[in-house]
Amino acid sequence: MSKYEITIGIECHVQLATKTKLFSEVDNDARGKEPNSCVSPVDYALPGMLPRLNAEAVRFAVRAGHAMNAEINPISRFDRKHYYYPDLPKGYQISQLYQPIIGTGYIELPDGTKIRIEHAHLEEDAGKLSHFGGYSLVDLNRAGTPLIEIVSMPDIHSAAHARDYCKELWRIMTYAGVTYGDLYNGNMRFDVNISLAPAGAKELGTRAEIKNLNSFRSVERAVEYEYQRQSKLLDKGEKIKQETRGWSDDTGKTTAQRSKEEAQDYRYMPEPDVPPIHLSDKYISAEKAALPLLPSDYRARFRDIIPTDTLEILLDYQPLMEKLSELKDNIKAIANLFTSVLLAEEKSVEMLDDLPSAEQLSNLAEMNAKKELSSTATKEVFLKFFDPQMKSKSALDIAKELGVLQENDTAALEKIVDTVLAKPETQKAQADFKAGQDKVIGFLVGQVMKESHGQANPSTVQQILRQKLK
Amino acid sequence: MKVANKNTTAVSLVEEALKKAEKFADYHVFNFLDNKNALKKAAEIDKRIKKGDNVGRLAGVPFAIKDNFLAPEGSTTASARILEGFVSPITATVVKKLEAEGAILVGRTNLDAFAHGSSTENSYYGPTLNSADQTRVAGGSSGGSAVAVALDIVPFTTGTDTGGSIRQPAAFNGVYGMKPTYGAVSRYGIVAMASSTDSIGFFTRTPEDMDLLMSICASQDPYDMTTLPDFYNANADDSRHFATGWEQVSEEPREDGRDEACRESSSIRVGIIKDFDNGTVHPEIRQALKDKVEQLEKKGHEIVELNMPMLKYALAVYYIVVPAEIASNLSRHDGVRYGFRSDKVKDLDDVYANTRNEGFMAENKRRIMIGNFVLSSGFYDAYYLKAQKVRTLIIEEYAKAFEKCDFILTPVAPNPPFKLGEKTGDPVAMYLEDVMSTPINLAGLPALAVPAGITKDHLPLGLQLIGPRRSDAKIIEFAKELM
Repeated sequence: MSKYEITIGIECHVQLATKTKLFSEVDNDARGKEPNSCVSPVDYALPGMLPRLNAEAVRFAVRAGHAMNAEINPISRFDRKHYYYPDLPKGYQISQLYQPIIGTGYIELPDGTKIRIEHAHLEEDAGKLSHFGGYSLVDLNRAGTPLIEIVSMPDIHSAAHARDYCKELWRIMTYAGVTYGDLYNGNMRFDVNISLAPAGAKELGTRAEIKNLNSFRSVERAVEYEYQRQSKLLDKGEKIKQETRGWSDDTGKTTAQRSKEEAQDYRYMPEPDVPPIHLSDKYISAEKAALPLLPSDYRARFRDIIPTDTLEILLDYQPLMEKLSELKDNIKAIANLFTSVLLAEEKSVEMLDDLPSAEQLSNLAEMNAKKELSSTATKEVFLKFFDPQMKSKSALDIAKELGVLQENDTAALEKIVDTVLAKPETQKAQADFKAGQDKVIGFLVGQVMKESHGQANPSTVQQILRQKLK
Repeated sequence: MKVANKNTTAVSLVEEALKKAEKFADYHVFNFLDNKNALKKAAEIDKRIKKGDNVGRLAGVPFAIKDNFLAPEGSTTASARILEGFVSPITATVVKKLEAEGAILVGRTNLDAFAHGSSTENSYYGPTLNSADQTRVAGGSSGGSAVAVALDIVPFTTGTDTGGSIRQPAAFNGVYGMKPTYGAVSRYGIVAMASSTDSIGFFTRTPEDMDLLMSICASQDPYDMTTLPDFYNANADDSRHFATGWEQVSEEPREDGRDEACRESSSIRVGIIKDFDNGTVHPEIRQALKDKVEQLEKKGHEIVELNMPMLKYALAVYYIVVPAEIASNLSRHDGVRYGFRSDKVKDLDDVYANTRNEGFMAENKRRIMIGNFVLSSGFYDAYYLKAQKVRTLIIEEYAKAFEKCDFILTPVAPNPPFKLGEKTGDPVAMYLEDVMSTPINLAGLPALAVPAGITKDHLPLGLQLIGPRRSDAKIIEFAKELM
C-alpha cells in the first residue's frame, strides 16, 4: 500500500469527422491540404459573419453521447469563451459552458472498472500556430473544426487506468464513427488532472493539470512522473501548486506552465448568434438505435471464444471485430490469424481496409481444421487474400495454385508410400525401423513428403507407414 | 419607387442623387460615393427596361447603405479607424435583396463608429449635420442614412437599430425609420454591434415605401440562424424553413403576424405609457404626443393608459447586456487579419494593445471596458445575469401591455435634436437619449419612428409606434393614420 492515493480526472478533446466545420460550410478534412485553404469568412472572422450550426456535428455529438451511455440533453446552448490569440480569429471560442449537449454517463474499462463522465460539450477548435525565428505563421484550416470535450469524473486512481481510459475512449469514439481517431494528428487530445492525497484521506489534494497529451503512452508516463513529483513534494511537507503543466516525451518530465493566479478570465457569455439546440425524443432515440457495436458489445460477444489477451489486441481494430462478427465458426482460429499474421505485417493498417470475405476466411479455417492445409500453408494462403491478383479467389483455389494442399486421401497416400518403400535407398531404414529404431520413421516420412511434393499430410503418412511396416 | 414605364431613367435618377450628394457635401452624409459604378449599374438597368426585362420592384432606385453593411463597393469602415481600408469580399443579404430588385447602390453613409452613439459624433470621419439645422446633431448612430433621406438625396437608405439607432435619427430629421421585429431581417454581412438586439431596418419618406422595402427584405436567411420564419408577406411562401437537418423546435409557436396585432375591428386600441409622460420629456415632444393622441381619438380609435414600471430599468439593463456583446463582437478586431494595424509594434501584445488603442474611438473603448467588466468572473452574476433576468421582466411587461392594446405610441427620444458637442463630454447624458428606444430592442419588438411635426425652432419631432413581435406590417399600415 503506497503512502498516497492518486486521483485523476481526464478531459479529452475529440475532433469530429464531419464533412464541414461546426459553423461554416468549408471542408473539415484538411489532411494534406495547403495551410489556410479550408477557411471561410466565418472561420477567419470577417466582420458581419454569423455562425451556422452544422447538423452533422450535432448528430455526431449525440452519437458520441450514446456511446458513453450518457444522457442527451434535449435543450443545449452555446456560450462564448473569450481570449486573445492569433489562432482564435473571433477572439472567442464558441463552446458550451452552461447547458452542454451531453450529460452524465460512464464508460467501462477492459477490467470492468466504470469511469463516470461528468458531461461532454460541443465546441469549435482553434487554428494552429507555427513558430519560426522571430515570427510565427497562422494556419486556420483547423479553426472551426467541431470538437466534443469529454470531461470525466475523478474516478481514475492509477497510471494504467488513466491509459486504459484514454484508450477505451479512443476505441469507443472510433467505433461510433464520430472521429478519425488519428492521435498523431491531434484528432484526440488529453488533459489530465492529477492530485495526491494521503491514503484514506477524505479530501482530494491540490491538482496539477497536464495539458495536451496525444498518446496513451504519454498519458501513462506523465501520470507516473507526476505521482513521483508530487509525492516527493508532499514527503518534504511542501504544498502542491494548482497549475497547468506541460509534458515532454523527450525528457519524460512535466514542467510548470501557468499558475492558477495567472489563469485567464474567459468572460463567458451566452452565444447570441446561435439559437438553442432542441432535440426531440424521437431524434435522440433514433440515434441510439443507429449506434454501431461498441468494444463492450464485442467483449460480451467473444468473451468465451477468444482469449482476453488476443481480444484486447483485436479490439484496437474495429474492422477485425466486424469481420469476426460475420463468422459463424472457427472464430478463435481466425482471431489468431489476425493477431499472429495480419497484425505482424508491416502494412497491416492498409490491409484492414480490404479484408477477405467471411466465406474466404471460413473456408480457410475449415481447411486448416481438416488438415488439408498445414499451419504454414494456412498463413501463406491467408496472406494471398490481400494480394490484388488473388484476393477474389477462394482458399481452395489459392491453395491449389500455390500447391500447398495437403494430400489426405489414404488410398492415394498409400500408393505413394508403396512407391517409396519400393525404392532401394529406403531399404536400410525400413530394416532399422523393424529392428526397433523408432526414430527412423522421420526419415521415411520425409521421403514420402518429398515424393508427394510436400502435399501429403505428414501425420497421415506416418500412420500408413507404421501400418505397413508392422 | 419604380422607374419602369415612367418618364425617367435610372441614369437620370442616379445622376440626380449624386448631384444632390455633391450639393449637400457639407452635411457629411457619405463616407463613400460610388459615382462611376452606380452610373454603370443604372445604364444597365435602363438597357434592361428597354428590352422589356423584368427589372424588379426597385428598378433604378438609388439608395445608400449605412457604412456598417458589407459590400465590395468601397471600404466598409463602420466609421472606425480600425476598419480603415477594409474591403469586403461579401455582400450583406439585405443589400443583395435590394440589388436583386434593381435598386442601385450609390454610397455609404456616416455613423457613430461601430454604431456606438446617439449623434453620429463618434465617427472617425467627423459628425453628420442635422438636415434641419447644421448646428445640431443628426442623431445616431445611423445619422448619415437619416439625413440622406431627409435631404432627399436618395429615396431610401438602410440602417441598424440596436437601441434606437434608426428611430432616433429618423425622428431628428423628420423621416420614417423602421426597426423591425428582431430576426425579421437578416443580420448577415452587417458589422455586428450587439447580436441579441441588432435589428436591420430602413429610412423612407413614406409608410408605403417602408412597406415595400420590408416586403422585399423581411425573410428568413439561412445565413442568419436568428432570423424568423417568413411572416411579413401574408402570402409568402411558407415552405422556406431552415434546413437544419435536426428537429429544430421553434421557441414560440409560429403565428401569422398580420393577424397578431389587430383584432378584426376598425377601432384600434393605442396604448400610451403613463410613466413616460413626466418632466424628463421635452414639453414640445409631450405636446406632439398629445396632438397625435387627440387625432387618433377623433378618428375613433381607443386610447389605453399603460403602467409599465419595469421600463425604467431598461436603460440600465441595456448598458450591461449591450456592452457585453459589443466587447465580445469587437474582439475580432485585433490587427491580425484585416483592417488597420498599429505600426508601433514590438510583440504580439503590442499588435493587440496598440492596434485597438489607436483604432477604436473613445466610446468604443468605454463600451468594451464596461462589457468586459460585467462579464468578468465574480461580476457576471451580479451584472450580466441579473440584467438578463430584468430583460425577461421587460419582455413580459410588454406582453401584458399588448393584451390591453394593439400598439403603443411613445416619443422616440426625450429631446429634439441637440447641439453638436452638447453631450459629447457627458456619456450618461448621451445614453439617456436612448431611454425610450432601448426597451424595444431588449424585447425584440418592431417599432416605427414617424414624423410628428416640428418645434417652434423648426426642428423635426418624431414619435414611435410599437407593436407586438411580428406586427411589422400592421404598424406600417397604422402609421398612415398618424399622417
